[in-house]
Amino acid sequence: MTQLALRGESLDRARMMRLLQDYGVYVGVVALLLANIVLTPHFVSAENFRTQAVQVAPVLIVALGMALAIGSEGVDLSVGSVMALSTSLVSLYLGYGPAVAILVAVIGGMVVGLANGSLIAFIGVQPIVATLALMVACRGLANVFLPQLKDVRDPTMASLGSGSVLGIPYLVLIAVALALLVAFTVRRTTFGRQLLAIGDSRPAAQLAGLPVRRVLIIVYVVSGALAAIAGVLATARLTASDPTSLGNLMELSAITAVVVGGTSLSGGRVRIGGTVAGAVLIQLLTATLIKHDLPPSWTQIAQAVVIIAAVYAARERGRR
Amino acid sequence: MSEPVLSVQGVTKRFPGALALDGVDFAAYPGEVHALIGENGAGKSTLIKVFTGVYHPDEGQVRYQGEPVDFGTPLQAQHAGISTIYQEVNLVPLMSVARNLFLGREPRNRFGLIDFRRMHREADEALRDLGVRVDVTRALRTLGVGAQQMVALARAVQVDARVVVMDEPTSSLEPREVQTLFRVIRMLRDRGIAVVYVSHRLEELYEVCDTVTVLRDGKLVHTGPIAELDRLRLVSLMLGRAMGEVQSEGLTKFSGEHDAGGEPVLSARGLRIRHTLHGVSLDIRPGEVVGLGGLLGSGRSETAKAVAGALPPDEGEVLVAGSRIRTGSTPAAIRAGISLLPEDRKAEGIVPGLSVRENIALAALPGLSRFGLVDEERVDRIVDTFMKRLRIKASGPHQKVGELSGGNQQKVLLARWLAMQPKVLLLDEPTRGIDVGAKAEVQKLIDELAEDGLGVLLISSDMEELIEGSDRVVVLKDGAVVAELTGDEVTEDRLLTAIAAQPQDLEGGRR
Repeated sequence: MTQLALRGESLDRARMMRLLQDYGVYVGVVALLLANIVLTPHFVSAENFRTQAVQVAPVLIVALGMALAIGSEGVDLSVGSVMALSTSLVSLYLGYGPAVAILVAVIGGMVVGLANGSLIAFIGVQPIVATLALMVACRGLANVFLPQLKDVRDPTMASLGSGSVLGIPYLVLIAVALALLVAFTVRRTTFGRQLLAIGDSRPAAQLAGLPVRRVLIIVYVVSGALAAIAGVLATARLTASDPTSLGNLMELSAITAVVVGGTSLSGGRVRIGGTVAGAVLIQLLTATLIKHDLPPSWTQIAQAVVIIAAVYAARERGRR
Repeated sequence: MSEPVLSVQGVTKRFPGALALDGVDFAAYPGEVHALIGENGAGKSTLIKVFTGVYHPDEGQVRYQGEPVDFGTPLQAQHAGISTIYQEVNLVPLMSVARNLFLGREPRNRFGLIDFRRMHREADEALRDLGVRVDVTRALRTLGVGAQQMVALARAVQVDARVVVMDEPTSSLEPREVQTLFRVIRMLRDRGIAVVYVSHRLEELYEVCDTVTVLRDGKLVHTGPIAELDRLRLVSLMLGRAMGEVQSEGLTKFSGEHDAGGEPVLSARGLRIRHTLHGVSLDIRPGEVVGLGGLLGSGRSETAKAVAGALPPDEGEVLVAGSRIRTGSTPAAIRAGISLLPEDRKAEGIVPGLSVRENIALAALPGLSRFGLVDEERVDRIVDTFMKRLRIKASGPHQKVGELSGGNQQKVLLARWLAMQPKVLLLDEPTRGIDVGAKAEVQKLIDELAEDGLGVLLISSDMEELIEGSDRVVVLKDGAVVAELTGDEVTEDRLLTAIAAQPQDLEGGRR
């Protein structure tokens, strides 16, 4: 009885909040685009769009893995350090050819993910603690492998970083392909469904006989692999390996993209479209403020406002 | 007798949608051990929370030492002299025994620092008083649960408690520790302290308590000396069934007898879990509904969970159609054909944020997929079949399960398991908290499933449901099988008698 009464009163409000959480990010992206078209000179140019897209690609790829981790009611803080580890491995193994170097880097990311997943699934360490440990360890390891910045001189890597087909940079194509792949996995595979069930109610998933450990481990292995790919692409674009600074605070940008995109931190939901839009929104926001010569501190404040808005919209959903 | 040290008169407490206490009177006298008993939802814990300051009564009065009181917080009640010892000891595990005993009132030396020597000496004396010998400098968590509870008790005595409330203190104790606890309880009683003792173990009540108060559905049903009440009468008061009451057949939707023949589809042999199960064995044949009877805490849910792999047993084996399966693994049990409908539907059953469709398909998903890709058409077909067959009322297959009524949530869970084509269904309180109409439907469904040849284990606190629904009832008590009722024996009288029976030689008994 009480529940019905409650529903009646706050139905409109709850629906508003849900719509805001689900589609607010798209509205934000469109609004920013429109504002820029009107206000920013030279905004509408292929070159500008290309730059924005290339800049957002690594964050986007990392955020895909983060969305899976958050959907499983976890989080992966090690992604930034995995990017650093990846760049140092690329640099280290480039002598064997770019293909081998990239493969080693991605395998490195997967091993880190395996460590994260095992700590979480078998030992029962909380995801935030387990991945924090790996975050510190990987940054250290990356610096041991490659103590300082090193130029990456390799034609394949260079073309990966700046080449394009039909005017679309490889980086962007790869990011789009990965986003589609992850979206497909979440929507259409057994793994995707099991992941959502585990994130929503772990005890129920366990009693329903779901392979909870296996799913959690795969989540973190995939997240590690995606972060490593992002590291490779960032290396290719910068034509340099800098394990000290590459991927710094990347975990926070990725979490921001995921949360702004409407994936709730309490698990059970993964919105890939929203995550992509979330990453784009933050990128556009930064670019807009930079183009209007506002200091970087303004960008951070603007980001904070967006995050608070997203969390506020998600708050309603938390109470069910 | 003297004045009661703690009493409540006409206490009523309402929660949204439920009347937890309805005009309850209760009085604890100094030097008395007072048993407070009742089944799930009877209002025991609410009553305890009313006089320990956690809840405020909507109506009625709490009197302590003759004065009306209104404790704002549990801390105030504690300062006034009402100590509560919960099932899980609420002390600081990493601090030493002595620190725990003196927490918040440590003896100081003249510099205002803790006088450790005095503290250790006094702690040692206090515990020795209770007949407990431990090194008081050790961290509390290195002690056994029993010893920890003694420390909690010692603390209660030290702070000059006039009333000590114990909520199922023996649920995790060894038999030897139980005896120590009882000795301490008697010691407290002799010192003029009133002890309020909550437990489901009848033997303990008769051994240590002087007075008993029985609650049922938030109402006081009996209070008086425990010696004047025989066990059978006590059990019937708790469960609300009078002995020899005229059988009112046909109240539930069960038809009754099934043809159960052949080899058991499920056999559990000697299941043991520390403190919980002491060698439970049972058989279920295809087409048979086996009821699991017993009071709260007798190990019914634990038995079902152990069989379904959700609780790993320390010993014992589970056989499905004659072949042994790996215990302690839900996937193994499910593969073998065992399905469990858990007691806590909301927390352990449904996945609230997913749709009806995803919830039904959840367990069967690997079988409905090819190369890891879900075959949406097959899922749709199965979901459609079961939504129709079980008459699940939802706006459609894509409605979230969290939005459905309890009865429909339960049907979704049944559909999830039926989609697996199980051999055995373990149903733990399948009709609790669902409305009358849905209840009848679920009962009818259980009947149909048994007729189709499924083996069913039915756990229910609803006596009528258990008696009318089961072909056979296995009665559990303190984690062991005490009786098995078959055929004409499946009556409420026989069930009550079995539950109330004196312990003779319980398998792996507790003493």
